[in-house]
Amino acid sequence: MKVRAADYLVYDKDKGVYQLSPEQVVRDDVEKHYWAHVGRTILKDWRLYLMLVPMLLIFLFWRYFPMYELLGCFKVSDNVLPVSQQLFSGFSYFKRLLLAGDGLSTDFWRAMRNTFILSFYGLCFGFPIPIILALFFNEVRSDAARSVFQVLTYLPKFMSTVVMTTLIAMLVKQASLVSGAGIVSQALAGLGFISVETAKGGLLNLPSFFRSIYQISGIWEGAGYDSIVFFAAIIAISPTSYEAAQIDGANKWAQMRYVVLPSILSTIVIMLITRIGSLLNIGYEKVLLLYNAQTYVTADVVSTFAYRNSIGAVGGSSAGSGLASAAEMMNNVIGMLLVIGSNTIAKKASNTSLY
Amino acid sequence: MKRKLEISELIFKIISYTLLAIFSLACLYPFVYAISASISGIHAVEYGEIVLFPKDIQFEAFGRMFNNNMFWNSYSNTLFITLYGTLFSMVTSILGAYALSKKRLLFRTPFNFFLVFTMWFSAGIVPQYLNYLDTRAVFNKIGIMDDKWLVVIAMGMAAMNIILLRNAFEGVPSEVEEAAIVDGATEMQVLTNVFIPMSQSTIATVALFFAISRWNGYFWARQMISNANEHPLQVFIRLQLENFTNPEVMAGWNEPYASDSVIYALIVCSIVPILIIYPFIQKYFAKGTNVGGVKE
Repeated sequence: MKVRAADYLVYDKDKGVYQLSPEQVVRDDVEKHYWAHVGRTILKDWRLYLMLVPMLLIFLFWRYFPMYELLGCFKVSDNVLPVSQQLFSGFSYFKRLLLAGDGLSTDFWRAMRNTFILSFYGLCFGFPIPIILALFFNEVRSDAARSVFQVLTYLPKFMSTVVMTTLIAMLVKQASLVSGAGIVSQALAGLGFISVETAKGGLLNLPSFFRSIYQISGIWEGAGYDSIVFFAAIIAISPTSYEAAQIDGANKWAQMRYVVLPSILSTIVIMLITRIGSLLNIGYEKVLLLYNAQTYVTADVVSTFAYRNSIGAVGGSSAGSGLASAAEMMNNVIGMLLVIGSNTIAKKASNTSLY
Repeated sequence: MKRKLEISELIFKIISYTLLAIFSLACLYPFVYAISASISGIHAVEYGEIVLFPKDIQFEAFGRMFNNNMFWNSYSNTLFITLYGTLFSMVTSILGAYALSKKRLLFRTPFNFFLVFTMWFSAGIVPQYLNYLDTRAVFNKIGIMDDKWLVVIAMGMAAMNIILLRNAFEGVPSEVEEAAIVDGATEMQVLTNVFIPMSQSTIATVALFFAISRWNGYFWARQMISNANEHPLQVFIRLQLENFTNPEVMAGWNEPYASDSVIYALIVCSIVPILIIYPFIQKYFAKGTNVGGVKE
């Protein structure tokens, strides 16, 4: 905005000179006594600022204080002194995790790799399927039939992680006889996808099945619910666009390619940013409930690694909260860089940004 | 030309219906199976004879659960946490979101950043756990000995939900607000009599998000609640599963029903309340993501 002289000068007829306008006097005053002005505004409007206080306090206490606690990863921790009284030890925990080459360090690298693999597979399979599902929903012209499909596919989203993982554990459970194994294991064995021995061993005890179980249950749980936003974007497309394409002789595929896809692209971009942003926020609860010592090879992620080696340690095998914090710190910093990076790219590429 | 077009559309329609039907049934099947297995006889469960319908019907597995005081205890704890937790989260979020939605609020951008940053970066499990230990010490010092309050107050604030509410409040036309102020309404009255009624559907959605996450919360409840009598239902289910899959515990199993049936019965008990209210809340759920998903 360009400032013109008329905005801050007024002509004083009595004296015959130009003077600062009253508004400009206020503006200058605000500039000179900024904090006094802030104080006055807040006092005048104190009710509004009071409303903000409980929320800010909750975030301060239980979101930002843990970040301060996280600084323990730079300190020597003996689990007794508060973080403020510990000595600065620099990057020794990070060096230990990344370079030591002992069992703990190998475990950390494995957890890091698993985190990336699990989230990358989740992106590859978990992201496109809701879009495809939304396209399918769009084909169902009868409202009643569509409601039935939607009600059923959203249903698993309401189930808790505990209920879901308990169900999974029961559906693929181990048994001494194949007829006693979980119903899904039995079906897979019956169809010849897995051997009878595998079915009897329990799929959750086999490292090679963990990733598939994790992804398939994730799709089962979330695909229907995640399709809502894409479906909303698809039904917002005007029917005349389809008609125009049909007149031009577009078949279904061409309609998808030239009508539907461009119309929902901005939604896809936004959802993709969100997805990439939370890429490393692997649901530790789900992993923690599904994995066991036999499947650490493929299942252990950074959060569960940190948990198991500190607060969740059994029998004095704790590596200390400083080391665990260092592991989580690396994970979360990479995660944050991913959010900022994907958001910046999206802003440049398509002018849509989430934050 | 016209003919070819119809074929491609027809094929796609057939594919859509088929795959949707398969996926819908796959979403439903585990629950039906759980119900059937929970009321089937021991032989049918242990030898995998149940595919869809129950066999040799018994209700003793449910009876065992219903006679267990810990089960009812955990159920009431979950209700406690869900009710008070949702109320607490809603009151603080609505107040905060209302203030944030005002253009005249000073430092609006820093306040927003303060919230959004928690979506980008979280401290992680271990620092959070240490923080909760400190919180518990403070709570105990001021006389709150019940760890459930720790879960209610310290847990479950979500920046995303506050942003949903803020966006809804921003959508209320300023003329309505001005009219209320001219009529002499105070800030609080503007909020309760104008903004809340005008953003009802978003408020319902957000309340639902909070309630579901409280009802389903497991990890922190297990970490933070030390007294077993205060465990919520999810923790109870998990402990039962761990108990019933422990071979040492199960060696002496001598009941007319399978141990699996008890687990299935527990699952059924935990999802029945959700299934009952599900048809009523489902539309809000769908609406919520539309509001939250895209804002350009």
